[in-house]
Amino acid sequence: MFYRENGQFKTSYRTDQQILPITQDRWAILLIIAAAFIVVPMLSSGYMFRAIFIPFLIMSLAALGVNILVGYCGQISLGSGAFMAVGAYAAFNFFVRVPGMPLLVALVLGGLCSSAFGILFGLPSLRVKGLYLAVATLAAQFFSDWMFLRIKWFTNDAPSGSVSVSGLQVLGMQIESPTSKYLLCLSILVVLALLAKNLVRSAIGREWMAIRDMDVAAAVIGIRPMYAKLSAFAISSFIIGVAGALWGFIYLGSWEPAAFSVDLSFKLLFMVIIGGMGSIMGAFFGAGFIVILPIALNQFLPLLGDMVGVQISTAGISHTELIIFGALIVWFLIVEPHGLAKLWSIGKQKLRLWPFPH
Amino acid sequence: MATKQIGDVILDVNNISLSFGGVKALTDISFNVREHEVRAIIGPNGAGKSSMLNCINGVYTPQQGSITFRGKAFSHMDSHQVAVMGIGRTFQNLALFKGMSVIDNIMTGRNLKIKSNLLWQALRIGPAQREEEMHREAVEHIIDFLEIQAHRKTPVGQLPYGLQKRVDLGRALAMEPQVLLLDEPMAGMNVEEKQDMCRFVLDVNEEFGTTVVLIEHDMGVVMDISDRVVVLDYGKKIGDGTPDEVRNNEEVISAYLGTGH
Amino acid sequence: MAFFLESLLGGLMAGMLYSLVALGFVLIYKASGVFNFAQGAMVLFAALAMARFAEWIPLWTGMTNPIAANLAAFVIAGIIMFTVAWLIERLALRHLVNQEGTTLLMATLGISYFLDGLGQTIFGSDIYKIDVGMPKEPIMAFETLFEGGILINKEDLYAALIAAVLVTLLSVFFQKTATGRALRAVADDHQAAQSIGIPLNRIWVIVWCVAGVVALVAGMIWGSKLGVQFSLTTVALRALPVVILGGLTSVPGAIIGGLIIGVGEKLSEIFLGPYVGGGIEIWFAYVLALLFLLFRPQGLFGEKIIDRV
Repeated sequence: MFYRENGQFKTSYRTDQQILPITQDRWAILLIIAAAFIVVPMLSSGYMFRAIFIPFLIMSLAALGVNILVGYCGQISLGSGAFMAVGAYAAFNFFVRVPGMPLLVALVLGGLCSSAFGILFGLPSLRVKGLYLAVATLAAQFFSDWMFLRIKWFTNDAPSGSVSVSGLQVLGMQIESPTSKYLLCLSILVVLALLAKNLVRSAIGREWMAIRDMDVAAAVIGIRPMYAKLSAFAISSFIIGVAGALWGFIYLGSWEPAAFSVDLSFKLLFMVIIGGMGSIMGAFFGAGFIVILPIALNQFLPLLGDMVGVQISTAGISHTELIIFGALIVWFLIVEPHGLAKLWSIGKQKLRLWPFPH
Repeated sequence: MATKQIGDVILDVNNISLSFGGVKALTDISFNVREHEVRAIIGPNGAGKSSMLNCINGVYTPQQGSITFRGKAFSHMDSHQVAVMGIGRTFQNLALFKGMSVIDNIMTGRNLKIKSNLLWQALRIGPAQREEEMHREAVEHIIDFLEIQAHRKTPVGQLPYGLQKRVDLGRALAMEPQVLLLDEPMAGMNVEEKQDMCRFVLDVNEEFGTTVVLIEHDMGVVMDISDRVVVLDYGKKIGDGTPDEVRNNEEVISAYLGTGH
Repeated sequence: MAFFLESLLGGLMAGMLYSLVALGFVLIYKASGVFNFAQGAMVLFAALAMARFAEWIPLWTGMTNPIAANLAAFVIAGIIMFTVAWLIERLALRHLVNQEGTTLLMATLGISYFLDGLGQTIFGSDIYKIDVGMPKEPIMAFETLFEGGILINKEDLYAALIAAVLVTLLSVFFQKTATGRALRAVADDHQAAQSIGIPLNRIWVIVWCVAGVVALVAGMIWGSKLGVQFSLTTVALRALPVVILGGLTSVPGAIIGGLIIGVGEKLSEIFLGPYVGGGIEIWFAYVLALLFLLFRPQGLFGEKIIDRV
């Protein structure tokens, strides 16, 4: 009844090719973005920013990057943590070593360094795919772990190996309060998400998907696999690098290499799988799920345990998290390989018909 | 129907030999293709027809021989270069991008013509936007031509086989090729679908002057629409000429029908 | 020189442990074309089961003989691993037949997390000991050739022996038995194997059970040497490069690959480490695998990977 496309005829290719062709969708997304900028800061507490919104935004950004590589271009990557690390440490070095370096520029430079790292460790994708490529990306992960642990220059010779940043400001505004941190992350996310969505629906996006679906046929119609794959690595690593820099600067404040370990890589991959591969929306769904789940478990499991008279320790909660993640991954891969995003679009399809059955 | 002018030799295959390990797929194959003609390649299964097309496309590298296109000889073809030179291809087993819609599949065929770089594409304003619309229009013409308008937004994986074959053809046509290599475009189709496909192939050949090299099993189709025919058997060429010449060739008859007839 | 040889031997023994884990990877891949990321989690699960049951059995039954308790624990852990294998096939793999490799890979990743969490929930997450009564005293060998002799760990020798026996049994199984042949057919092409009547589901259960037993043996030996703890899963991640080196489809490759990586890690740490700040073992195996991927993806003994259009 509400969600009908009736009467929405497109009279030009431009309008047909829009990001959100259905008017209701467009209004909904604009409302959500407006709410995110205006309503959320008014209603949320510092805790909600710190525990939920800021990690959600940054993880969504990272998952977006991973989705471009894994979901759109079909190159499996278990080294996303390393790209985040490179982004974070590179941004740190630019910020700390170059006097007067603006924060945003440092973030972009961090992303570019991560891009270069991504291209380098993406080279094996020209030779191998699937599991073999996964192993190559793990090499990137472990190499990066070692690099930031042992090479003192990267950490500005910090004695304990951990680094920190402070005194962040953008265009004269201090980024100290949770609200300002939230708004900064939100702005960067919206901009990069828009750019990513544009890329994904233009020629390069089609190249990526062609390589994912059938690389031999892609070569025959004139798509260069090397360019497509390396550009996917480059762009995806840029986004992941910026996310990593944000993670370190904004969310953590101070960090050491272990913050970007292989566990983070797996988490990002799970976000993409659960959220939906090959879908920009999917990144948000996946990140939301993975950020919310531990918090939800933390609240509910002890309650559940009390009901059955079992004491659940924090270790028990984190184990349950593992069990649920694992089971969900398998469940999604069996039932709906396209993840929550597909379930969402099926829901929208049903909504189109509502209240009629078909 | 205006008589078409068949031009000079545009594609020349010289002494191509191809083997995989111990299996000789092609032995010393030579034939040429003239501009604007419809050249059929026929032969029993396993004769090496698809392998021949794969050599032209750069998917396989022949151990011996060369391929000459518009006067330039190559000992092996690079897939990208072949596409740039204007040789398009459909596949026996479709090789469509199953995750994308019909429009997107055919748009990938326009890739070589899209000039805007990554940054412009990301911003999607000005030249990048105009380019997308321009190519979308070209793709829509192809969709109209192939009569698949109703399915343009459907993911190709969900389409029936016959329609998928049309999308495959559309993708090759989107490249605006000078030479079109069709690998069994009518396989698995019923009579009506075959007539439709024949019509498309002939229209492409007559309206755009596209040279067509066609692998096909249906003898009726081959005899009707092709100008010249090459016959392969067990990787060797056993016939080359007009359909009538080939039809009366002893070797061809025995290859297809077996000796003793 | 003696030091070099000792390091070499130490590396070989460490490598042997990697090989045992890698063996499980190769088995499942060889027999079903599935790459089992969960092998490490299975090793941990099996080791935890065995360690805890070895503790619990004396408590429950009053058995005092440690060898008998360990044996019983081994058998029970074996049964548990069979059950786990059967459940994995039934609940997960059966529904993913004919999916592409990456999907299966990610599914096993999910299974790995699941087993990890489940194992620690059921069996606890402290460090446990497995004491199978293997002698732990070192031997001084070759005293006549080198000053003071070379230190060899008796425990490592026993481990190597067990591994060798296991590998021989497995090779024979694959090459000589009908089931082994069926397994190799399944690995080649699921659909084709199904169409000639090979019972896919039963075969997969068998394979995962065998892999489960291999995981148990590996877990037992690792646990005996290092104690059963969470880090076993990270060890599994280190065994991945072994499979790349040796070749995904080669049982001897898994062994030799493991030995090479074990030795390489030890020696590079000792001789190259000081120049680059140490900690090379974090990435040595993976970078070596990376080089192989660039120049020889099928590894030392694997079959060449072919792509058809």
